[in-house]
Amino acid sequence: MSLIPIAAFLLALLIGTIMITFLGVNPLIAYQALLKGAFGSMNAIADTVVKATPLLFVGLGICIAFRAGVLNIGGEGQLVTGALSATIVCLNFPNLPGWILIIIALLVGLLSGAIWAGIAGFLKAYFNVNEILSTIMLNYIAAYGMNYLLRGPIMDPLQIKLGSFIPQTARLTQAVDLPRLIPTRLHFGTIVAVVFAILVYIFLWRTTIGFRIRMIGQNIQASRASGINVQKYMVLAFVLSGALIGLGGAIEVLGVHHRLFTDGSVSGFTGSAGFNGIVAALFGQLHPIGTIPASLLLGALLTGANKMQRAVQIPSALIGALNGLIVLFVVGSEYLRRRQTRRVEPTTKTESNSQNKNKDKKESK
Amino acid sequence: MEAIIIGIAKSAIRLATPYLYASIGETIGQLSGVLNLGVDGVMLMGAFSAFYTVLKTGNLWLGLLVAIVVGAIFGLLIAFINVTLKAEQGISGIGVYIFGLGLSSLLFSTMIGTVQPVNGFPPLFIPGLSNIPVIGEILFQQNILVYGAFALIPLAWYVLNKTPLGLSIRAVGQHPQAADSLGVNIVRIRYFTVILGGILSGIAGASLSIALLNVFQQNLTNGMGFIAVALVYFGAWRPKTVLIGALLFSTVNAIQIWVQVKGINIPSDFTLMMPYIVTIIVLAAMAKRRIHPPAALNKPFERGE
Repeated sequence: MSLIPIAAFLLALLIGTIMITFLGVNPLIAYQALLKGAFGSMNAIADTVVKATPLLFVGLGICIAFRAGVLNIGGEGQLVTGALSATIVCLNFPNLPGWILIIIALLVGLLSGAIWAGIAGFLKAYFNVNEILSTIMLNYIAAYGMNYLLRGPIMDPLQIKLGSFIPQTARLTQAVDLPRLIPTRLHFGTIVAVVFAILVYIFLWRTTIGFRIRMIGQNIQASRASGINVQKYMVLAFVLSGALIGLGGAIEVLGVHHRLFTDGSVSGFTGSAGFNGIVAALFGQLHPIGTIPASLLLGALLTGANKMQRAVQIPSALIGALNGLIVLFVVGSEYLRRRQTRRVEPTTKTESNSQNKNKDKKESK
Repeated sequence: MEAIIIGIAKSAIRLATPYLYASIGETIGQLSGVLNLGVDGVMLMGAFSAFYTVLKTGNLWLGLLVAIVVGAIFGLLIAFINVTLKAEQGISGIGVYIFGLGLSSLLFSTMIGTVQPVNGFPPLFIPGLSNIPVIGEILFQQNILVYGAFALIPLAWYVLNKTPLGLSIRAVGQHPQAADSLGVNIVRIRYFTVILGGILSGIAGASLSIALLNVFQQNLTNGMGFIAVALVYFGAWRPKTVLIGALLFSTVNAIQIWVQVKGINIPSDFTLMMPYIVTIIVLAAMAKRRIHPPAALNKPFERGE
């Protein structure tokens, strides 16, 4: 692992220290509360790992998309569609044997995430729609769709009877609770995530399809010239990316919450994991294995921040701000790294001249 | 019926304001070759800083000024990362967004805490014009930031198309190598456009918090900044078509609010979803028209490659 993410992290922490001081709290006490919250007990460590699990799923999805040269900012929406579809399956077939229902629910979650991301991939590959914008729009569409369903068709019947109308589903049948690993909140989904991290690594670096996906990310012109169906692989990268994230959403329901709920906003259910997963992927150098410790670190920050908020009244939004800074520092320092390695790796981005001339003609009209 | 249409039209004009400021800023930045996806984060910071200033001092112009300064600082940060450090612009924009969202939420919960209203810019009746039936009511009884947003369109068009500065901006975005060989300072032009974009995003945020809604809460913009970026694609990098796009969106918004207020029996989640669905459809439809973005968009300038 290169030093850049660590330097970015330390720099963000330094700025965090300054902010905490401005808020009138001794940074040492604040960070102590944060550390204790993240690692202070068996339960705290388990919470950290539980928090890291969706980040890892999103981070892995982001890795695949980024390696194909496309940006999937739709983690929030794909988490929501995965969670929503898995919930609907579990609500509708409560009498199936638990393990069959779990498998079906996870598969359905995976598929819905794949489809949701696939829309953006299709629009990018065949209509040249900017994928960052389309995935962000799909996030909002998924969230409002979820809100609608939670306020009506799939609302907990008890909420309707009591007249409290809290937008959430009934608790899912206990038969679909993912097995706990130790007597904490730690669940089996974490193991699934780690296994997928290894699978994604093997897929990207040890299979032909993975090689092609990385190749179109490296040099799209050369890929096209060598006969790779660029559009197909671009859509595939999105589909796989969304599949992992959708699975992560389904696991959040079956492993952690056991129901679906909303606070009305986009991040109400996901806790912004769709965005924080991007931070994890960048922090892990866009490498599936590197994303594992990166997710853990971010999971610790987020878990610790919640406890810090309670202990010393520093809003956990601080960590949100620091996450943004980490992203900025990591992408900002890429340039320094590139400059160092330029002699070894000549830059791959080339512009076709004929294309430029065409554009100029259009512009001058 | 007539009253309803006037009401919706008036509110559509109002609601176009933040889109116009943010989209015009983004258009200028993209024409110079810099994609800034962090607009939403900068808008949130502008909205917060303007709101806080007005809450504490009651001075609306001071609030606007603070939003401008905050927007400029963010613009400087974005320019440094994208132009000087040549970062991947898609990701750095997301970083700016997450940072702006987190910082504005942090500042809001520590410095204000509860959602409370302020007195925003009052409507400014344009003498004579505001008395014209229908049109006067729709167009000339708005507040000063709304007028400013619409005045920005011809101004941006003029600067971009009729001045040496506009020519330099477009040259830098279209053919940086050629512009460089003619002695145009690419770095300086891009810093200028990105800082200007930051300022306009700051004003866009302020227009929400001290002129249109007159409140601040966490994530007040709810993705408006991203729609503003989409509008630049919709508008094919031309101020006039950006205006049409902004009006389309604000009309959808106005109808959605009207439907909600009237309690018409469409689930509000569907009407809230509309602007985002429209954005995707519009982006896909635009691609069919084969309009290309500036050639150097999202490409850091490297001399002598």
